[in-house]
Amino acid sequence: MAASADGRLALRVTVNGTLHELTIPGSRLLIDLLRDDLGLTGTKKGCAIGVCGACSVLVDGELMSACLLLALAVQGRSVTTVEGLAAPDGSLSALQAAFIAHGGFQCGICTPGQLVAATALLAHQPDPDEAEVRAWMTGNLCRCTGYLGIVASIRAAVIGEGPAAGAGE
Amino acid sequence: MRPFSYVPAASLEEAVGVLARHGDEAHLLAGGTSFVLLLQQGLVDPGVVVGLSSVPGLNTIERDGAGQLRIGAMATLGRIEGDPLVRDALPCLSEVVGRVATVRIRNQATIGGNLAHADPAQDPPPILLALDAVVEAIGPSGRRTIPLDSFFVDVFETALAPGEILTAVRVAAPSPAIRFATVKFLPRTVDDFATVTVAVRIDPSPDGRVADLRIALGAVAPVPLRAVAAENAIRGHVPDEALLAGAAELARDAVDPFDDVRGSADYKREMTRVWTLRALRRALAPSERVA
Ligand code: FES
Ligand code: FES
Repeated sequence: MAASADGRLALRVTVNGTLHELTIPGSRLLIDLLRDDLGLTGTKKGCAIGVCGACSVLVDGELMSACLLLALAVQGRSVTTVEGLAAPDGSLSALQAAFIAHGGFQCGICTPGQLVAATALLAHQPDPDEAEVRAWMTGNLCRCTGYLGIVASIRAAVIGEGPAAGAGE
Repeated sequence: MRPFSYVPAASLEEAVGVLARHGDEAHLLAGGTSFVLLLQQGLVDPGVVVGLSSVPGLNTIERDGAGQLRIGAMATLGRIEGDPLVRDALPCLSEVVGRVATVRIRNQATIGGNLAHADPAQDPPPILLALDAVVEAIGPSGRRTIPLDSFFVDVFETALAPGEILTAVRVAAPSPAIRFATVKFLPRTVDDFATVTVAVRIDPSPDGRVADLRIALGAVAPVPLRAVAAENAIRGHVPDEALLAGAAELARDAVDPFDDVRGSADYKREMTRVWTLRALRRALAPSERVA
């Protein structure tokens, strides 16, 4: 990656399976690239200092904060955002369905980050117990404090409980 | 923030060359967790950023011929936490890095960045001090090693010379008889910086004496430090409660914390005493081996 005199550089990055080639300033943050350059506004900017988890994304499958990453750090890599969790035909992932069925969100602002973080958890440990779920998810804050619903949703996805089991709650 | 040009270094030699050419204008980029915040706050304003993630092999974790574990500077904390060599030889280190902040941070932050940034509240330095770690560096005048004990100079300041790059941290694998206890005292939230961290290493002798030991403290002084007077009070003795209590007071007297949201300086001094005593008790407890 060569930088031109004005500090702009050529970036190749795959986001949710689509290859993008862009020219960006070196200081561009990944979160701004996603939201402003690519229009993927599912990833939220909460704290912007790496604490809240609203900007959680996967970089080559690893959970990271898009607000703490320079876009140049994902050169040649593959990024997954909340928009990339559902199947290409639009059908929701088991986690997404479980969040709906089991009250995994209230206002929803933290939800994209919760879903991406939980997706990373299940990729890393397909059968986490409740303590492991809680430990992994500590970095994703919910201002509505709906933590019980979030943990219940993830546990439901783990044990393969279909949406019906949570209906009527 | 002015525009900067970015140089993804293909080798350490190239990175050293770029730093030498640009002097204070150039800044290294490792994992970026601290750099991005400093950049946003205008605390760094580089003209040139030199990326280290493109240097091949800089994140390698290996055991050398002498049985030492060598952890490349670009190894992330998450990678160190889960690495089989580290888990086997240094479970105490795996445990400590596994308690840093959150999964996201651990996936991005590197051990080299962590040490070179020299934020006194970081978790890895005390356990690495207890392990007598050594850092490797490369610069315009070649390669050298620096004992971690003399690496931290002041807040955000290290013994690295201008243009020098930290390339690895090296630790001898301790014998199984050696015991460790680590504490990260977090009165607020689990993902916070510590109010005080303590790492204790005890080398027992068969006659019940403490042959040697380390007591290292973090977040309670401008630099992570060893409580040398406290170590001296215990070394060579058969430990009893009075001896440990006296040593913990010496540890308290060795620190120089500042007031912040994690506690007043007085509170941190007192917590240094309390947690040093508890860590010593734990490391010396006969029944459990605490990593
Ligand atoms: S916006 Fe990135 S962690 Fe809060
Ligand atoms: S659902 Fe509102 S912040 Fe989490």
